[in-house]
Amino acid sequence: MPTVTVSFTPLPAHVRTARFIAASVARRAGVPETVLDEVRLAVSEACSLAVRLHRASAPDVPVELRMVEEDSRFRIQVVDAVPRSRPTTDDVYAAIRLGDDEGVAFTPTEGSDLQSRERIGLAVITGLVDEVDVEYLASGTVVAMAWPLELPDREEASTLPSVGG
Amino acid sequence: MDLSLSTRSEGDRTVVVVGGEIDVYTAPKLREQLIDLVSAGNYHIVVDMENVEFLDSTGLGVLVGGLKRVRAHDGSLRLVCTQERILKIFRITGLTKVFPIHSSVDEAVAATD
Repeated sequence: MPTVTVSFTPLPAHVRTARFIAASVARRAGVPETVLDEVRLAVSEACSLAVRLHRASAPDVPVELRMVEEDSRFRIQVVDAVPRSRPTTDDVYAAIRLGDDEGVAFTPTEGSDLQSRERIGLAVITGLVDEVDVEYLASGTVVAMAWPLELPDREEASTLPSVGG
Repeated sequence: MDLSLSTRSEGDRTVVVVGGEIDVYTAPKLREQLIDLVSAGNYHIVVDMENVEFLDSTGLGVLVGGLKRVRAHDGSLRLVCTQERILKIFRITGLTKVFPIHSSVDEAVAATD
């Protein structure tokens, strides 16, 4: 189960680096090219959210990006260290409707608070990725996303040395 | 690629050509540009996004902020975008209903509605 884990200081500039690494590892794992844009966007949303939360409450603690290649799945987890409560289903639903007139209050303008940002970010991720799970733990939050792998390249992949642990 | 910005006037419209990536790091530059334009009295803005390589919800937030600013002056903010990967996030968030999205700068500049 090849794994790549990256920790980065919560700086906005590093979100771009996280996107590059995630897309690169995903490509090597066999995630279809047509899906890599979704991987980039989902990772950007999750990492932007984590960076904002860390800058507000834990600026010295790194954000963690974990990428795991399984037999038929490529998994990405973005782990932050800012414990908080789970937004309600209504909140996420409201964010999804942000294009509606009623939902405009949830639109992510620059003055939006962190909670609104979280709703928007999660709404985009949920809209993009079929397999999403957000765990709210005592230590922080794990945004876990998964994409199916293209299987024909397995033979080649298995002859290469595994990356990381 | 970092964010690139340039502006020009076409009649009473101001065209902002954006290139590169709009994310949590670069979005503040676009926000400042839009604020400066509105402060200088440019209330009809066309944002040409054909050279944008990446856009996430932080970038959307800046565009929505710009839209609110020009609307406060009875102005308009139109987008030019034909790239499917960029249009996708507008669709996911429902913002295709909020922004007029055009397929060319000429079309956006000519639009009046």
